[in-house]
Amino acid sequence: MLGRLLVRFLRPYWLLLLGVVVFQLGQSIASLYLPTLNADIINKGVLRGDTSYIINTGIVMLIITLGQIVCAVIAVYFGARLAMSFGRDLRGAIFHQVGLFSEREVSKFGAPSLITRTTNDVQQVQMLVLMTCTLLVSAPILAIGGVIFALQQDVPLSGILLVAIPVLLIGIGLIISRMVPQFRKMQTRIDTINRVLREQLTGIRVVRAFVREPVEVERFADANGAVTETALRAGRLFALMFPFVLLVMNVSSIAVLWFGAGRVDSGDLQVGSLVAFLSYLIQILMAVMMATFMAVLLPRAAVSGDRIGEVLNTDSSVVAPTNPVTTFTGSGQVELRGATFSYPGADQPVLHDVSFTAKPGTTTAIIGSTGAGKTTLINLLPRLFDVTGGAALIDGADVREVDPELLWARIGLIPQRPYLFSGTVASNLRYGKPDATDDELWRALEIAQAKDFVEKMPEKLDAPIAQGGTNVSGGQRQRLAIARALVKRPEIYVFDDSFSALDTATDARLRAALDREVGGATRIVVAQRVSTILDADQIIVLDDGKIVGIGTHDQLLLSSPEYAEIVQSQLSIEEAA
Amino acid sequence: MSATSNGGKPAAPASNPRPDGPTPVRRGPGGGGPFGGMQGPAEKALNFGPSARRLIGRLAPERGMIILVVLLGVASVVLSVLGPKILGQATNIIVDGSISKQLPAGVTKAQVIEGLKAKGDTKTADLLSGLDLHPGHGIDFSALQLVLGIVLLLYVFASVFSWLQAYLLNGVTQRTVFRLREDVEAKIHRLPLTYFDKTPRGELLSRVTNDIDNISQSLQQTMSQLIVNLLTVIGVLVMMFVISPLLAVIALVAVPLTLGVTVAIGKRSQKQFVAQWKHTGALNAQIEEGYTGHSLVKVFGRHQEVEQAFAAKNEEMFKASFGAQFISGLIMPSMMFVGNLVYVAIAVVGGVMVAAGSISIGDVQAFIQYSRQFTQPLAQLGSMANLLQSGVASSERVFELLDAEEQTPDADPAPSPTAHTGRLEFEHVSFSYDPEKPLITDLSLVAQPGQTVAVVGPTGAGKTTLVNLIMRFYELDGGKITLDGIDISQMTRADLRSRTGMVLQDTWLFGGTIRDNIAYGRTDATDDEIHAAAEAAYVDRFVHSLPEGYNTVLEDEGGNISAGEKQLITIARAFLARPSVLILDEATSSVDTRTELLVQRAMSALRKDRTSFVIAHRLSTIRDADLILVMENGAIVEQGTHDQLLAKKGAYARLYEAQFAAPTDDEANAAPPQPVLVGAPPSTGEIVREALAEEDGATDA
Repeated sequence: MLGRLLVRFLRPYWLLLLGVVVFQLGQSIASLYLPTLNADIINKGVLRGDTSYIINTGIVMLIITLGQIVCAVIAVYFGARLAMSFGRDLRGAIFHQVGLFSEREVSKFGAPSLITRTTNDVQQVQMLVLMTCTLLVSAPILAIGGVIFALQQDVPLSGILLVAIPVLLIGIGLIISRMVPQFRKMQTRIDTINRVLREQLTGIRVVRAFVREPVEVERFADANGAVTETALRAGRLFALMFPFVLLVMNVSSIAVLWFGAGRVDSGDLQVGSLVAFLSYLIQILMAVMMATFMAVLLPRAAVSGDRIGEVLNTDSSVVAPTNPVTTFTGSGQVELRGATFSYPGADQPVLHDVSFTAKPGTTTAIIGSTGAGKTTLINLLPRLFDVTGGAALIDGADVREVDPELLWARIGLIPQRPYLFSGTVASNLRYGKPDATDDELWRALEIAQAKDFVEKMPEKLDAPIAQGGTNVSGGQRQRLAIARALVKRPEIYVFDDSFSALDTATDARLRAALDREVGGATRIVVAQRVSTILDADQIIVLDDGKIVGIGTHDQLLLSSPEYAEIVQSQLSIEEAA
Repeated sequence: MSATSNGGKPAAPASNPRPDGPTPVRRGPGGGGPFGGMQGPAEKALNFGPSARRLIGRLAPERGMIILVVLLGVASVVLSVLGPKILGQATNIIVDGSISKQLPAGVTKAQVIEGLKAKGDTKTADLLSGLDLHPGHGIDFSALQLVLGIVLLLYVFASVFSWLQAYLLNGVTQRTVFRLREDVEAKIHRLPLTYFDKTPRGELLSRVTNDIDNISQSLQQTMSQLIVNLLTVIGVLVMMFVISPLLAVIALVAVPLTLGVTVAIGKRSQKQFVAQWKHTGALNAQIEEGYTGHSLVKVFGRHQEVEQAFAAKNEEMFKASFGAQFISGLIMPSMMFVGNLVYVAIAVVGGVMVAAGSISIGDVQAFIQYSRQFTQPLAQLGSMANLLQSGVASSERVFELLDAEEQTPDADPAPSPTAHTGRLEFEHVSFSYDPEKPLITDLSLVAQPGQTVAVVGPTGAGKTTLVNLIMRFYELDGGKITLDGIDISQMTRADLRSRTGMVLQDTWLFGGTIRDNIAYGRTDATDDEIHAAAEAAYVDRFVHSLPEGYNTVLEDEGGNISAGEKQLITIARAFLARPSVLILDEATSSVDTRTELLVQRAMSALRKDRTSFVIAHRLSTIRDADLILVMENGAIVEQGTHDQLLAKKGAYARLYEAQFAAPTDDEANAAPPQPVLVGAPPSTGEIVREALAEEDGATDA
């Protein structure tokens, strides 16, 4: 998966990638060539006492080192640009993909997980690309070049490499392979600390009320101890790394000198070559070490790559039509025709053969127990979900055939959890109609019974709203969400349990205002409270995804035992207390 | 919005001299307030000196260990610094041998040199005069063996010491970080609730996890490298001067060059990194908001705008992080350049010197190795400055938390009421969260043992505040509250709270089994007592339908049981705690009708024979209360019984009219006055019918 991601998102930058490789190659060759020149200085200059040769070669070395830094800077520039462009494009692609998702896919992943995938996981892969561009590209060049130069100096002595490289690889491999599971474990243990602490902070009142501080301190100490233990283990392994690498390098140098001495003695090798050989040896082993360090990054990046791939490869179950209907001919008549919805692989459909019609100017209420499919049902209209059987129609047109922009413009949705965006009251209200005037906003607030409290805020319409709307109360949030939909002036209103945080009196005033102000619109109301839906033109009783009753309150009291039970239970609560 | 701070450097190669790239943006665990610190740990320490000193002070308990670490560091550095010098000896032996072999046997070194001089080849003569020649003999392998043997031993010990040093240092760091976390945890339990009110949760979490993590990494990397690098630089410098003062001076030129380059680059990259984190935060906020409000974005037709806004932020972040990566990426090539300059300079000058016979080839070779060892730690010392700054900035944030004002400590010895009747009295109590906005002024009331006090009023009237004061979550500004005759501010908090029980609106359960969650009420409770409490709170019934029973582990988001069932568990918890004063919040979140019924019955059973304060939402509770407190804008505007207050035709009557009397009269409308939600898993249907069949109060524990 990681490979495919890399290919797909690096392809547009192949020129940059080529540049990175070329310039890294340039700078690697330069740094490989320098020891050769140094050997020349010793062999041809020092040993022959040729000072002018030494100086001339020195000038050549300087020119080469200048060339090296030019190559290195260009390579870093290309590499950073490549990696960051890659990250940017990947984030953009994921964000775009998630934007296409229907609620089904979003809830499958969960918003927090999607956020992590867009940010953290991209960072991991981006880091791999960056490190590859700056380190890994030159590592094989350095290693191979080093080997070639070393062979040039002396072939038999290069045999030492056949021992040193595998020893280094195996040693580092062993250390890293033991470290990776520790790191993985550490991640989950840090999660545990986070969880314990988060629980303590959210439940701080309960902790104090039940005098459970000592228990909590202990719980935290356990989690803290577990993290520390893993960190100690990983750290101990890591402590081995450098002494080991150093030892291998140093022992190899000793071996080179020992065996090299023999070759020098027999006249097969010059002293200068021996010194150069030592430099190449260190270079090769350093390159091998760098490459092995990448092995730490790779498993993490691979996991992240998989997680990103999952998002990118998930097709939205809601696809925009190719030849969309771009005009409507009615005034917002909603119809479900045998609508069925089930999750892939699920035994039971969430909605089963649901049919009804909601006419403009009427209110249709939907009631039923949790999990009956109420929210799923209304989400079919704005295509947050698509039916898996049957059809949802607006003014006779299947919603799947309609231009999504047009569809959404006609529907005002007030979701179950009234989410407000960070900004101001006004910016939230204008969410569906950016050019709405202040008068329009106040009008909507008045209908939504929100005018009073907005007026009391010092900044009024410009009062700040925190992300999610956490700085206003639940009831206020609901009313602002209703006002937001009202500003849009849609033909169809969908209230998903939007009155639950309101007291009965406000609820009633709001419904009365809605009747007055948007009486001509089609209203679909999901509710839990019988009092909220008493006046509805039709009430749909949903149970286990099926319609078990449809009619007015009075009709249903007689005809639907399920409805009667709901009414009865709301009555008995009052009596039971 | 949650904590999206950076967690410092990636855990990977610790020796990587470059300031690392975009550090993984670690998200705090879900949720969090709207202000959940979106910025990484501040990149610039505001008060570097004192904070750094304090951070070092945290290491005090490890003093002995640190001395050992330094000693080991010195040993390993000395050994590895000596290495090249001795290895150079080996080269010399080889050179001597190879040249001696070319000379005729039987002549002395002096003769050879004389001969060369006579021939006019003074250059070679000078060269050879510096060598230890035994004409005719080859390489002295036994001498070579001895030298290499010594070096091998040296290197082995150097590696062992450096391993021990890293091993011990790891322990020092981890234990220090462990203690830091412990201190923060202890601190959290000593902080007044006001602190939590004004500090977003994500922010606190970020300090304990991200910042401490950052400190840990900074400590680990800077401490080991600071010691090693400093010692190496000094050791290498000494060796260089021993070998050749002239060459050493040349190499010394590298110091200001290296430092200058590192500081110049570091300064710029620091700025870029700050920008990068700022933009990362902004982008994260954008993503978070876009995903959380996903369906709204769609339905309100804002997809285009959102994607444009994202693209703009994404581009900004690209620019900033590209700048940071490019500039910080320059450090390594620059160091290489400086290193190579030195290399060339030493080769040329060294070569000339060797030719002049004033230095041996082996020494030049050793010197070149030293010069490599010299520039690298210098570069690392430079780049460490960045790391250190970030670590100190994080520790400053943690210290800030540790320094926050604590709640007043409990009196010792503290008076404790002898009676357990639960008589609660407010005497001229005044309180406010914000001194500018007085909330409760001159409040007096008496709750007699066993009475139920219903607190009613609109949202924001201060009902919850009243409860907070009884639990002494906040300190009074004036007056006093007594429990069974003793001022609660004199009692220990533990004593007070063990006498008071609380069932709150937000059902707080922790990630553990149902049994553990109930036992939270009293840790020493027996299994029988837990079962009794569970039965009284109707928990027992639904627990039996769970495959794991009481051992069912509640998931983080509590997905496996319903909101109502959660509430029942918190009630069971209160049952188990057997408090003499009870505080109940009746407000129900999304609970279906049938569970709601159970909740209500359990609460009413719990109230029996206890002094109870109820934040009441149900008409029946209010009607049956012994005392109703009507709150408006923080003051108790009326108190009395239902009938008394209705007759008064004051605030209560108005409230009653607005909340409970139906706006349009209808037979069913009068029935469900409180928010009642419908629906329950069918499996609980049986339970409910059963419960309905029971008589009122028959469910008392």
